[in-house]
Amino acid sequence: MSAAPLLEAEGLSLRFGAIPALDRVSLAVWPGEVVAIVGESGSGKTTLLRVLSGLARPQAGRVLYRDPAGEAREVHGMGEAALRRLHRSDWGFVHQNPRDGLRMGVSAGGNVGERLMAAGARHYGAIRAQAAAWLRRVEIDPARMDDPPAKFSGGMQQRLQIARTLVTHPRLVFMDEPTGGLDVSVQARLLDLIRALVADLGLAVLLVTHDIAAARLLAHRLLVMRHGRVVEEGLTDRVLDDPQHPYTQLLVSSVLAA
Amino acid sequence: MSAAPGYNFAYLDENTKRMIRRALLKAVAIPGHQVPFGSREMPLPYGWGTGGIQVTASVIGPDDTLKVIDQGADDTTNAVSIRRFFARVAGVATTERTAEATIIQTRHRIPETPLREGQILVYQVPMPEPLFRLEPRVAETRRMHALADYGLMQVKLYEDIARHGHIAISYNYPVMVNGRYLMAPSPIPAFDNPKMHRMPALQLFGAGREKRLYAVPPYTEVRSLDFEDHPFRPPRAEAACALCGSRESYLDEVVTDDRGGRMFLCSDTDWCRQRREAAG
Repeated sequence: MSAAPLLEAEGLSLRFGAIPALDRVSLAVWPGEVVAIVGESGSGKTTLLRVLSGLARPQAGRVLYRDPAGEAREVHGMGEAALRRLHRSDWGFVHQNPRDGLRMGVSAGGNVGERLMAAGARHYGAIRAQAAAWLRRVEIDPARMDDPPAKFSGGMQQRLQIARTLVTHPRLVFMDEPTGGLDVSVQARLLDLIRALVADLGLAVLLVTHDIAAARLLAHRLLVMRHGRVVEEGLTDRVLDDPQHPYTQLLVSSVLAA
Repeated sequence: MSAAPGYNFAYLDENTKRMIRRALLKAVAIPGHQVPFGSREMPLPYGWGTGGIQVTASVIGPDDTLKVIDQGADDTTNAVSIRRFFARVAGVATTERTAEATIIQTRHRIPETPLREGQILVYQVPMPEPLFRLEPRVAETRRMHALADYGLMQVKLYEDIARHGHIAISYNYPVMVNGRYLMAPSPIPAFDNPKMHRMPALQLFGAGREKRLYAVPPYTEVRSLDFEDHPFRPPRAEAACALCGSRESYLDEVVTDDRGGRMFLCSDTDWCRQRREAAG
């Protein structure tokens, strides 16, 4: 890990009417690090992810992103064109519902190739070869490359979304409940896959989840959110094995042991 | 010939013509960019060339010579009635010869005779938005144009090759204008796309129902989208014209009986006639 954080947020606040969705949240993500944000529904996790990725604007605070040249840039001050460029090259976003991240009418190969083509790839054979390689990597049979994702199972759709996101080798990936809505055995395989890919590619990941087990498996560091505030943060094992805040203790103790 | 009394010159009132000319100037200044304009009701139905006829009415002058073609032909209903319309309301000279015309209004074709400087080609456009089958939200297509975010169009071409083995777009084939804007060339055959590239004549596009104008100034780069390993190839029927024997022109297929009989003819009637006259 290098000395400078990849993404740095200071004092983010956002209220929806009387409800504080974010209350002075600060965090940093270093290159190659997986940070999980856990908390119950409505604690502001998804809002935080949207603000950090520039999809929503905070009422106070700022988010800095260090680009490959090493220059820190303010995410909400860079303009729509630059933000879009960032989203389709340096960043990736994995949605909870694969339908939000995929084009359901376009074949699996086209879905993976879209980011390459948006980045300027214009060689059909090369795009196809790269798409096939990525499908293989996320354990989808390349023979199904020309099928639309609508014909895939939920787990396959989620793996396809991950392939589509990672094909341009982003440095930072936002994941919003990537295992939500999948049954447990499929979840386990997906988590395994994400863990292997993250380690292989040296990705920095900001993971939002309410699944403590998923967080323990993937994350290096953990932030616990409640009512829009970060109540506890630290190394994953430390937070989960020795929770200090009463809410974290409640959260950890409410996980069912199989 | 003089104009019929009771109409302003070229049918539209002067303020409307000025508004359209302003939009056209903007369109010429930003090649390929769609400029909104206040499209008027015209005495013909939408889809018959209301956009093209308003553009022609705004740029035509008493000294102009007008040619109107529909699918390449000068003698089809739409072409005849628009030509007669301008002869009546503007009193301008009309012609069927491409070389003699100063303004050519067209639907579905570019004349085979190369156009020269000083000529204006006016296209009738049913749908100006090249992304409309791919992205249903108009606001989003605008944003895509603004950010030159055209990966989606390339995805459509990719899908065509994956499904059919080649790019299966035979008309309204998308082009990049001046390396910046993605543009629908109106439903001309892909065969005509190369003619738009660095054309010496001014090309104006009018979409009446969608209320958009756009333009390609003379000598502007117009490139058909493709892949490096699947380059753009203008499609053409493998035949010669039954009348003039041309193997270079764009051909219409005409069914002659119910036993499979067919013949191919030049779709550009003026060009076909010229060739037959030259051959004697």
